[in-house]
Amino acid sequence: MRGIDKKYNFPDARGRYGLFGGRYVPETVIYALDELAAAYAKAQKDRRFKAELAGYLKSFVGRPSPLYFAERLTQHVGSPRIWFKREDLNHTGAHKINNTVGQILLALRMRKTRIIAETGAGQHGLATATVCARFGLPCVIYMGAEDVIRQAPNVEKMRLLGAEVVPVESGSKTLKDATNQAMRDWVTNIRTTFYIIGSVVGPHPYPMIVRDLQSVIGKETKVQSLKILGKLPDALVACVGGGSNAIGLFYPFIRSKVKLIGIEAAGHGLDSGKHSATLTKGKPGVLHGSYSYLLFDAEGQITLPHSVSAGLDYPGVGPEHSHLRDSGRVEYHSATDQEAVDAFKLTSRLEGIIPAMETSHAIAWLVANGRTFRRNQNVVVCLSGRGDKDMPILSSLGELK
Amino acid sequence: MTNRVSTLIGSPNRRKLLVPFVTVGYPTFAMSRQLAETAIESGADMLELGMPFSDPLADGPQVQLSSQVALQHGTGLGDLFELTAELRRGTDIPILAMGYYNPVLSRGLDRFFGEAKSAGIDGLIIPDLPPEEAGPFLDQAGKHDIASVFLVAPTSTAMRVRRIEQRCTDFVYAVTVTGVTGAGRSFDDQTDRYLSSLRKQLRKPFVAGFGVSSSASAKRLCRHADGVVIGSALIRLVEENGRAERAVGKVGDFLKSVRESLNGQ
Ligand SMILES: Cc1ncc(COP(=O)(O)O)c(C=O)c1O
Repeated sequence: MRGIDKKYNFPDARGRYGLFGGRYVPETVIYALDELAAAYAKAQKDRRFKAELAGYLKSFVGRPSPLYFAERLTQHVGSPRIWFKREDLNHTGAHKINNTVGQILLALRMRKTRIIAETGAGQHGLATATVCARFGLPCVIYMGAEDVIRQAPNVEKMRLLGAEVVPVESGSKTLKDATNQAMRDWVTNIRTTFYIIGSVVGPHPYPMIVRDLQSVIGKETKVQSLKILGKLPDALVACVGGGSNAIGLFYPFIRSKVKLIGIEAAGHGLDSGKHSATLTKGKPGVLHGSYSYLLFDAEGQITLPHSVSAGLDYPGVGPEHSHLRDSGRVEYHSATDQEAVDAFKLTSRLEGIIPAMETSHAIAWLVANGRTFRRNQNVVVCLSGRGDKDMPILSSLGELK
Repeated sequence: MTNRVSTLIGSPNRRKLLVPFVTVGYPTFAMSRQLAETAIESGADMLELGMPFSDPLADGPQVQLSSQVALQHGTGLGDLFELTAELRRGTDIPILAMGYYNPVLSRGLDRFFGEAKSAGIDGLIIPDLPPEEAGPFLDQAGKHDIASVFLVAPTSTAMRVRRIEQRCTDFVYAVTVTGVTGAGRSFDDQTDRYLSSLRKQLRKPFVAGFGVSSSASAKRLCRHADGVVIGSALIRLVEENGRAERAVGKVGDFLKSVRESLNGQ
């Protein structure tokens, strides 16, 4: 099979995944990245850190999350056998908290006194606000003004948890602009502030740290598959915004033969110019600290992405995904807004599980492409989050009547 | 021909350098040209031309605004080259382009540097490109004899300062504070101490930038620095004057007053 590398070992010493990654940041930030890389290397060797993290994942987050057989969806699609890795059952309702628990423990070890984060769907902001409340650190969340409206329930939760939510009015008023503003805050308060990045994006070592923290998804899936199925699944499917739930599921399988499939947001369609399908339609470029596939115009200006799902509405993608795309190890496909909305409703009715709009893209692709698998094959979908937060947007689309 | 930056930096009785920053295409192409010409007439030793970018994450409100306005009416790299070529007919001061990496990279480095050189650009400053990532960029810069300027920050370790200095062909750009660009900052003893320690660490000259918006602060920074970059303060003046023609005169007056205050130093 194409792209399988038994010795896969990235990033290299320069923070590169093949051609991609690196640290394209203002000089002020370099010191903080070096400091973080050193603290992380030290924590990885520290048994106490590992035990502490495992403790919070178990009793605060609620791990392990179940591997669940989606029986009626399987019947509906015909093939393959569809399994959900239930990240929606985590505390705060998505995979995002796996990462924020780990990063705040690092922040505490580094004696940082203030936390900032960017958020799109609000799930990462919520997961950050939650751990800040738990550990008593002040928290500022940058969120595009448009997303503040699209994901209103999460904004209220973040405020309830004591976070300051700052609506960002610049640019497209979505995730990329929230990220710009978080970076500006970080550059300004670099000595005291820890920036909890929400996906496998940004400058090295962030993509590596977030991947490692999210890999708990794949590690559990492996153990659960062996126990329930007696073997590894045949394929894994996950939605890709920045790519953290996908890499978290894929990474422990990367040296195996299991088929890995990432699903991007095709918005109004791949040829509509209104999508967020970075790996399918983008070109390599530099934004937010790394070299990776990116959506930009002939002048190198970043173009506005579009997705019905705020968590996928981002013009970039993690550098490791860019490498996995080019090496062929992971296949990337996409699902449109409408397909995702349909899958959202279908899953709710057939399984009694309301999936996040982001997750619905992964389900939508599998529903449409189930026939490419055999009946007895097992495919695990990362059910990255729950869809409560998406009710306002669904309602505004007239989809709840 | 030697590079104009080397000539200026190497000149025996070099004065404190005044380096105004003008965003190409802000508020219009024609006015950015007038602003640049006025800056030159008002005593600029070098000029920085800002290449607008959609996501200027190292910049504060003024440069964000100027970039956004410039992009709204379609400003691109072609305008940078055109403006430089026009200015070149009337001046011999070094012109540096400053902007983010993606537009430069996506042009194709070889093509970008070729166009920059023939337009008359003498140097480049890319704030989101630290020296470690600049290998291919530096190869092209060397090939086209274009000066490269990297930034040092208050958080740079002594070892990094040395490494960065080595990558700067002629002079170093010192960021005055931990933060983004933006007008209206005041500088304190801590800034003085930082710049004075830089002075001791560096062999090459350095200019200080980010937040310089008065003659007094320019003068203060130049106790240790070899010059100052002034950008956001000029954009603020243009905004305060409704982006009208009269702003050009105000910018000229302001730069002259800064020039004067530096002349004694
Ligand atoms: C439930 C859910 N899934 C997926 C994503 C996309 O992020 P990533 O690609 O990093 O997993 C988000 C982002 O907000 C999310 O909330």
